[in-house]
Amino acid sequence: MKKLVAALVTLGLVIAGLLVWNHQLMAKQSAGATGSKTLVIYNWGDYIDPNLIKKFEKQTGYKVDYETFDSNEAMLTKIQQGGTRYDLVVPSEYTVQRMQKEHLLRKLDHRQLPNLKYLAPRFLNQSFDPGNQYSVPYFWGTLGIVYNDKLVAHPLKHWEQLWDPQYRNQVMVYDSARDMMAIALITQGHSVNTTNYGELQAAERKLQGLSQNTRAVVADEMKMYLKQDEAAIGIAYSGDAAEMMDVNPHLHYVVPTEGSNIWFDNFVIPKSAKNLKGAYAFMNFMLEPKNAAQNADYVGYATPNQAARKYLPKAVTHNQAFYPDAQTMKHLEVYRDLPKKVNQEYNDLFLEFKMFVK
Amino acid sequence: MSEKKHLFFALPYYLWLALFVIAPLVLIFYQSFLNLHGQFTVQNYLDFAQSSVYLKMTFNSVWYAFLITGLTLIIAYPVAYIIAQFKSRDFWLALVILPTWINLLLKTYAFIGILGEKGSINTFLRFIGLGSHQLLFTDASFILVAAYIELPFMILPIYNAIVAIKPSLINASLDLGASRFQTFRRVIWPLTKNGVAAGIQAVFIPSLSLFMITRLIGGNRVITLGTAIEEHFLTTQNWGMGSTIGVVLVVAMLIVMLLTDDSKKGGRAK
Repeated sequence: MKKLVAALVTLGLVIAGLLVWNHQLMAKQSAGATGSKTLVIYNWGDYIDPNLIKKFEKQTGYKVDYETFDSNEAMLTKIQQGGTRYDLVVPSEYTVQRMQKEHLLRKLDHRQLPNLKYLAPRFLNQSFDPGNQYSVPYFWGTLGIVYNDKLVAHPLKHWEQLWDPQYRNQVMVYDSARDMMAIALITQGHSVNTTNYGELQAAERKLQGLSQNTRAVVADEMKMYLKQDEAAIGIAYSGDAAEMMDVNPHLHYVVPTEGSNIWFDNFVIPKSAKNLKGAYAFMNFMLEPKNAAQNADYVGYATPNQAARKYLPKAVTHNQAFYPDAQTMKHLEVYRDLPKKVNQEYNDLFLEFKMFVK
Repeated sequence: MSEKKHLFFALPYYLWLALFVIAPLVLIFYQSFLNLHGQFTVQNYLDFAQSSVYLKMTFNSVWYAFLITGLTLIIAYPVAYIIAQFKSRDFWLALVILPTWINLLLKTYAFIGILGEKGSINTFLRFIGLGSHQLLFTDASFILVAAYIELPFMILPIYNAIVAIKPSLINASLDLGASRFQTFRRVIWPLTKNGVAAGIQAVFIPSLSLFMITRLIGGNRVITLGTAIEEHFLTTQNWGMGSTIGVVLVVAMLIVMLLTDDSKKGGRAK
């Protein structure tokens, strides 16, 4: 009993000590950056060159408080619940649309964003945010096929080849209803934003045909598996593909010419933002061509910044896989935010496919 | 101790129960009657009962949880028994407990390294000329990893039950002419039944709602209700349906509790 009490008391003291320490650290931090000098950014994990944050802090005197999330839905839930004070958030395009519908976003003042001029016009004025009233594109990318040239006989070029019987048990399917349904819809010539239930059902039947070739249905861990030659083919986003190819030179990435998804991650200012000046300063800073190029080099995704491209190696900007030609670009489609009921249908059908894989 | 004092000391416990056990259960139950638009309905339950996908998933969950529990029990009972006979049993028990100090995800990732195409097992198989085999994304690997992770929770209660048996009881049984097997069946087993029941509860219930391992090791070829709950809460944000599945799981767990409780009747005064 005595021992137990002693253990409990020790534990209590340790916790109290940690609390005091934490409190002092926080106090120190907020003393260093009084109120309006702090900028709170909420971004995807590992999605910025940390040196740029340091450079920004040095240049402007703002103190950046950087937090990360790993899915649009998780980020959205947190902001919906309130009590957050993020000055800048980086949602994907369909989430921008959702947040705008739910009145969570502040309208952007373009006069305070002179560096907007560096962006390529074709990445502006997208259907999810006409006139870029609420969002500024940060990175963009595509959905495509990653294959290992040691394990496949011929390079892959089209979605339809995933169904080829010679790749039995060799395809890593991405665990995302929207993306997999999109692939099936494209092979059948339908829009990736269809709300027609008949088309969706047909897409699901098409996916069931892929179950023979499906090795596993995985998410982020696919990167690790493909790097280790665990499967010949995977379905992945361009940035993830770039990361895999860095490690395993036998991997290649293609965007099928018949169509695919193009996505954008964008800066937005939520309603709860406190430091508007800082938010605009940071967006302008990141839009500076040199900074944008440095960031793109670090992150590996494609930058919408036209002026930044000349600072990037030619091998990157001329790489069809990451900066597809105009012909392919024409067939790429942005996801639109679907009504909840339709979104549910996509997911239920995909769940049915997953049940069928076995 | 007077009634009042009793209540005073029990208050934190009751508060804890109310806040962290009862309230979440009530909230899940309430949510399960809401549809996507927040209207009150029993449609979620009807959907569940009429959907072959969900029914098959429920069957899968129970079946795999059963296999995992069975496998851990078969391994855990002899292990617990042997450890109990050792002189340095505390040391051996510590070895059993040690893996629980490591984060579950880390352990799972470690298994990817062991079971993968380039993992240690396949490297060894290639070395002895058997060629590599697909080990990941199979039922067997899923059950193996899940059983490995749950094993300590089966061993501990059984070990405690075995240690609690007075050696004199076993000696008496042997002295009175019972064979070793009879001693086991008539003395040791009945006295350790409680431990086994506790172990089954501790393993079966979490196994019902496993989800990370189903994806990482099972490659989503094993789909359980946990997967569906994750999807409803995180992707489709259909909290109603997610809660409905949650309620189904709670009911399934209650059934397991009742079933395992039944076997204790003789062992404990009620």
